[in-house]
Amino acid sequence: MALMSLDVVNQSASTSTPPQARSTLEVAKLIDISRCIGCKACQSACMEWNDLRDQVGVTEGFYTNPPDLSDQSWTLMRFNEQVIDGRLQWLILKDGCYHCQDPGCLKSCPAPGAIVQYSNGIVDFHQENCIGCGYCTAGCPFNVPRLSGKDSKAYKCTLCSDRVAVGLEPACVKACPTGAIGFGSKEEMLFQAEHRLADLVERGFARAAVYDPKGVGGTHVVLVLPHGDRPEAYGLPANPRVGPVLQAWRSGLARAAGVATMFAVLAAGILHYMRRGPLEVPPEGEQGVKP
Amino acid sequence: MNTVGTEQIVRHSNGARVAHWAVAIVFTFLFLSGLALFSPFFYWLSYVLGGGALMRFLHPMAGAALVVLFYPYAALLVGDNRWLPNDSKWVAHMGAYMRKEHPDVGETHKYNAGQKMMYWSMVPLIAVLAITGVLLWQPWFAPHFSAGARRAAGLIHSVCAFIMFVGIGIHVYAAIWTRGSIDAMIRGTVTRAWARFHHPAWERDVTGKGGR
Repeated sequence: MALMSLDVVNQSASTSTPPQARSTLEVAKLIDISRCIGCKACQSACMEWNDLRDQVGVTEGFYTNPPDLSDQSWTLMRFNEQVIDGRLQWLILKDGCYHCQDPGCLKSCPAPGAIVQYSNGIVDFHQENCIGCGYCTAGCPFNVPRLSGKDSKAYKCTLCSDRVAVGLEPACVKACPTGAIGFGSKEEMLFQAEHRLADLVERGFARAAVYDPKGVGGTHVVLVLPHGDRPEAYGLPANPRVGPVLQAWRSGLARAAGVATMFAVLAAGILHYMRRGPLEVPPEGEQGVKP
Repeated sequence: MNTVGTEQIVRHSNGARVAHWAVAIVFTFLFLSGLALFSPFFYWLSYVLGGGALMRFLHPMAGAALVVLFYPYAALLVGDNRWLPNDSKWVAHMGAYMRKEHPDVGETHKYNAGQKMMYWSMVPLIAVLAITGVLLWQPWFAPHFSAGARRAAGLIHSVCAFIMFVGIGIHVYAAIWTRGSIDAMIRGTVTRAWARFHHPAWERDVTGKGGR
């Protein structure tokens, strides 16, 4: 995706400040789960647009198919089976990258330019720079990126950055037959989400909520959850965040402290040698030699 | 005793020296490639270590090689690294020792307390680095561990790597500072005068002659 004409505002493992003079419209995808009928057109459209073909698997007794995200399945409808008010219900989650404003994958990545964030909010992987360490899979609070067994490179939803760059909506949005997936400016999507929320509350989903988690600075895939008080029931983390361990491991401060320690050891050695000189065996009979 | 100054004593066997330098080369690769992965300031090192993707592949392989080389070597040295009562005396006088005030540190055997501390820090450090390294080792082992476990492993791995660097830094400097020790690790021998000055108890044991 490296040839796209989108402004990069954040780049993994970079020592230079990316250009920030221009500002572009912040975009978002809005997924209203209450309107989803589970047809998987979004999955098919994703495969089609991105030229992906996952393995044909076997049924494992539930509707989620393929069983998990992979380097070939960048979006996946997860049919979470939940008993609510005595009835079995599907809490469908259209899983994939949520395009965090504060992306843990980008923070954890050691390869310069392998993960970038555009000014419109999309987080994108540039596989040509990926070294296959898998740190992004450890850094992601949503368990989204997948390392390919073929090329040891990480893949995930691009929010169709190539389509968005030329003014098109993502493929899944275009394919959705019920309007459950929308796309536009983040502001507009949040506005729409509030409307949907009001509708849902009116229909009896008193605990419906908008999922735009603040722990990762908000996301650029926003969900309307009918059972918004229980995001875990959809397989979503209740409070996703980059977290202190990743901060301590990959922050600029930790890097600076580590590298400073190294230079301190070097300096201590040089200074000690300059002050004291080498420890040599004194000529016989001198102080320090036991006859 | 005119021959004392030039008479050569074997300090490091052929096997020990080969093991030492093999460990040193593997450590150097691990340290430089780890540094490239740790900080973008040093990512350029990846270009002289095979390129990012290949370097990332080789780093855990080298880690496995270090374990295979280091622990048999450590087993070879363990007998001479047991902590003795005298060693605490050396530690108490470490500052004076480093200022070359030649404090009375008792009869030093084959390794002084500083060398023993180095030895006993490396034994657990390399184990912790190896274990946390397995948790991060893509694509074979890492997928079996949770993201949280791998984040913790990454942090511990980095912290241990820096402690190890400080230890190895002191080790290398001490070898440069203590004249004769690098030659000893290359050719295997030291002069009797060197042995008597730095490691009198060892010199007595090896030569079988009482110095007095």
